[in-house]
Amino acid sequence: MAEAIKQSVRNPAMRWVGIVLVAAALTALPFVLAQVGTAWVRITNLAILFILLSLGLNIVVGFAGLLDLGYIAFYGVGAYTYAILASPHFGLHLPFWIILPIGALVACIFGVLLGAPTLKLRGDYLAIVTLGFGEIVRIFLNNLAQPVNITNGPRGITLIDPFRVGGFNFSRTSSIAGLDFSGPIKYYYLLLVVLVLVVVVNLRLENSRVGRAWMAIREDELAAQAMGINTRNVKLLAFAMGASFGGIAGGMFSAMQGFVSPESFVLVESIMVLAMVVLGGMGNVWGVIIGALLLSFGPEILRYTVAPIQYAIFGKLLIEPEVIRMLLFGLALVLMMLYRPAGLLPSATRKRELEEHD
Amino acid sequence: MSLLRVESLKISYGGINAVKGIDLEVAQGEMVALIGANGAGKTTTLKAICGVMKPAAGKVHYQGRDITALPSHVLVTMGMALVPEGRGIFGRLTVEENLDIGAYTRRDKAATRAQLAHVYEMFPRLKERRNQTAGTMSGGEQQMLAIGRALMSAPRLLLLDEPSMGLAPLMVQRIFDTIRRVAAEGVTVLLVEQNAKLALESSARGYVMESGKITLSDTAPALLDNPQVRQAYLGE
Repeated sequence: MAEAIKQSVRNPAMRWVGIVLVAAALTALPFVLAQVGTAWVRITNLAILFILLSLGLNIVVGFAGLLDLGYIAFYGVGAYTYAILASPHFGLHLPFWIILPIGALVACIFGVLLGAPTLKLRGDYLAIVTLGFGEIVRIFLNNLAQPVNITNGPRGITLIDPFRVGGFNFSRTSSIAGLDFSGPIKYYYLLLVVLVLVVVVNLRLENSRVGRAWMAIREDELAAQAMGINTRNVKLLAFAMGASFGGIAGGMFSAMQGFVSPESFVLVESIMVLAMVVLGGMGNVWGVIIGALLLSFGPEILRYTVAPIQYAIFGKLLIEPEVIRMLLFGLALVLMMLYRPAGLLPSATRKRELEEHD
Repeated sequence: MSLLRVESLKISYGGINAVKGIDLEVAQGEMVALIGANGAGKTTTLKAICGVMKPAAGKVHYQGRDITALPSHVLVTMGMALVPEGRGIFGRLTVEENLDIGAYTRRDKAATRAQLAHVYEMFPRLKERRNQTAGTMSGGEQQMLAIGRALMSAPRLLLLDEPSMGLAPLMVQRIFDTIRRVAAEGVTVLLVEQNAKLALESSARGYVMESGKITLSDTAPALLDNPQVRQAYLGE
């Protein structure tokens, strides 16, 4: 079976059929989900945002081997950049196609700002510094309400503009060709387009010259230097690119939610994104996508199923859904690390390594 | 005319003076050995030459240019290549990916392919294992890969740091055969070794380094006959 799939993937005609089928399924998906409940379309949109974040972090952690525990800060920077430039808070209402690149750029600058002082750090030390950086950004977001009110502190920024193209508003329902496109469904398609672009960029990067340089640095930094790789610039590029992806995801998050507050950018979120990357398979773009999907949908599915199952079996609620969710999540991670240490879909390099050690 | 000239080079690691003002010279096409005990400062000297470490004082001249302030990625484009101590291969990448990264600074695809063929011809074992993960090969094969990878940049000056380290005697012989072949093809070689006998037998000249200073410098045959060297480094 697996062999048959592999064969058909190699056959270009079959490959195109596969791509068309997947595209059709992804196009129909939001309407199917909307039948279950609009909440599920929103959950899917958040899952896509997390895929974007995981792919960004994968550049830093998976390709270049730089353990970053403060990645969510770039998401926060992107989200707040959007919020500040498109809300009544400062009375600015720039169009999204201007703000998103600005958000990516600002996040990119923050990426370089974080990267520059940590160039000589590795492993544990780098993890600690990036963790600190993530917290610094969150604390700034929390406190930059005085003396000049920039972030509105813990109350966050509200009434953020949705995406708008001319009269086409992404937050309202509109009817096109007899179909009702609700706000979340429109955002779904937009996110899907961005996701496809980001995936293509990631796949290209993996086999590029700079991708090779990142992997060389991950394996042995001194040797990479001796091969003529400008390790400083190449590492900064990893931080900058990873951060830009985070910034774009942040901007979209802001527009979709219409509200941002520092609470969305806490340490646990950084760890969650890192867990997605590790669970799926560090360095493998498809693995990372699967990891992000599982960790985004898993807890949501549990949220809706744990209570009814308990009522059905015991007739009463024994364990709160919130509690059991984290319990099962932790258990899943421990099992993964025991049985699939290289992730669900390990990268080619990790897979070879494991096969040869058997 | 010397290809490489080091002048009163001093290097310190956080307050410790590892290299205390040394001079050495390598002529174009020459093979020179730098021998000495563990901790004498040999590796540190190589690191300063190839731009990975910044010296505290002194100068390094290469191809008649002062390169003391130049970073390693520029020096590689000027034809300098290092085979680092402990080999430093990219363990989770394949043999061929390792070799590709060795040619990182070269933009000429055809020349790179020709160089790859040359390296494979020199090390048929690497060709057999081109798709194997480098980290799973034996120490000797990894050393071959490290040398092959350095040759991918088509260097003029090859800096070798302890190529015999941790290898079986037979493998050491084979590695040295290759190094002599590389030298015979016209590449200038500066060889850092603890295996003084083998290093001096392969080289034209040698330097002896002791606690950060060069204590002896002579032709290789003269060093091999030197009673001090025989006693301290050749175990006689």
